[in-house]
Amino acid sequence: MRNLVIEPTSKTPKVILNADLGIFEISGRSIPEDSIGFYRKVLDWLDEYSKGPLPETVFKFHLEYFNTSSSKVLLDIFRRLERLHKAGHKVVIRWLYDADDEDMAETGQDYQALLDVPFELVPV
Amino acid sequence: MTYSYYKNMQINNIIFVYQGEVTADLVSSILQMIENKLEGEGEDKKVKKRVFNVMVECLQNVYHHLDALPPTDPNNPVKDKTALLMIGREEKDYFIITGNHVLNDRIPEVKARLDRINRATKEELKQLYQEILTGGEFSEKGTAGLGMIDIARKSGQKLGYDFHPVNDKYSFFSLEARVSRIPDKG
Repeated sequence: MRNLVIEPTSKTPKVILNADLGIFEISGRSIPEDSIGFYRKVLDWLDEYSKGPLPETVFKFHLEYFNTSSSKVLLDIFRRLERLHKAGHKVVIRWLYDADDEDMAETGQDYQALLDVPFELVPV
Repeated sequence: MTYSYYKNMQINNIIFVYQGEVTADLVSSILQMIENKLEGEGEDKKVKKRVFNVMVECLQNVYHHLDALPPTDPNNPVKDKTALLMIGREEKDYFIITGNHVLNDRIPEVKARLDRINRATKEELKQLYQEILTGGEFSEKGTAGLGMIDIARKSGQKLGYDFHPVNDKYSFFSLEARVSRIPDKG
């Protein structure tokens, strides 16, 4: 399938979704006014990917900031990965955060508690 | 005249003020500018992040809610999407103040929501956040009050607010969020 690469802006994150190389990453800041609009492509890509996923999907999130409108869409992304996991595929969500960023660590823990999918908190 | 504006801002510890139409581009520019300012002045990293986060939510909240006003209404005191945005820095706190017109009909709902947030403990705010995150449907704009809760969580202090009556149909709503400059507070 086609790869999805979105370059970062001051309000939106860098997105790399590459099924050939097994790279799944969203990083940077995510503070768009219209998060649903921005992430629609990502959600569509994941729906397509879910039809024939790799044996293992390790999805990395390394966000500096995100707004509440992104927080809901992030949950939608996690839910798709959770579904993939429940369908018997190997899935890991890796939540990277700056080691001194307690708020981002806590946000990761919040998501972890809401989901039934391997969710690793990784200080960097 | 100019000097009195200057003095007033200085006395009130205001580092930024804007009155006028609020667009997405303007919000971006303000965020960028304040971020550079915080960066340049060597503010603590954690404090900087919290201020930025609260600022994003406050400004985007105003931006989204200005749309709710019917512009053709003859009672509408503002024909365009104007608002007030203010950022200040005191010895102990940063404060972010926004002001915009709201329909009087909406006041009880907004007030109830803010009172509920202000009464909640840290743990209750977390639960409330998760409930809304996993429950209610979000629109392209609204986040069902998630923004306010996030502001309260990042702020760690009570939200200040006021509804100033303008006419039979409208009031001027102001919201004040504070972020402590002491990194481990909040």
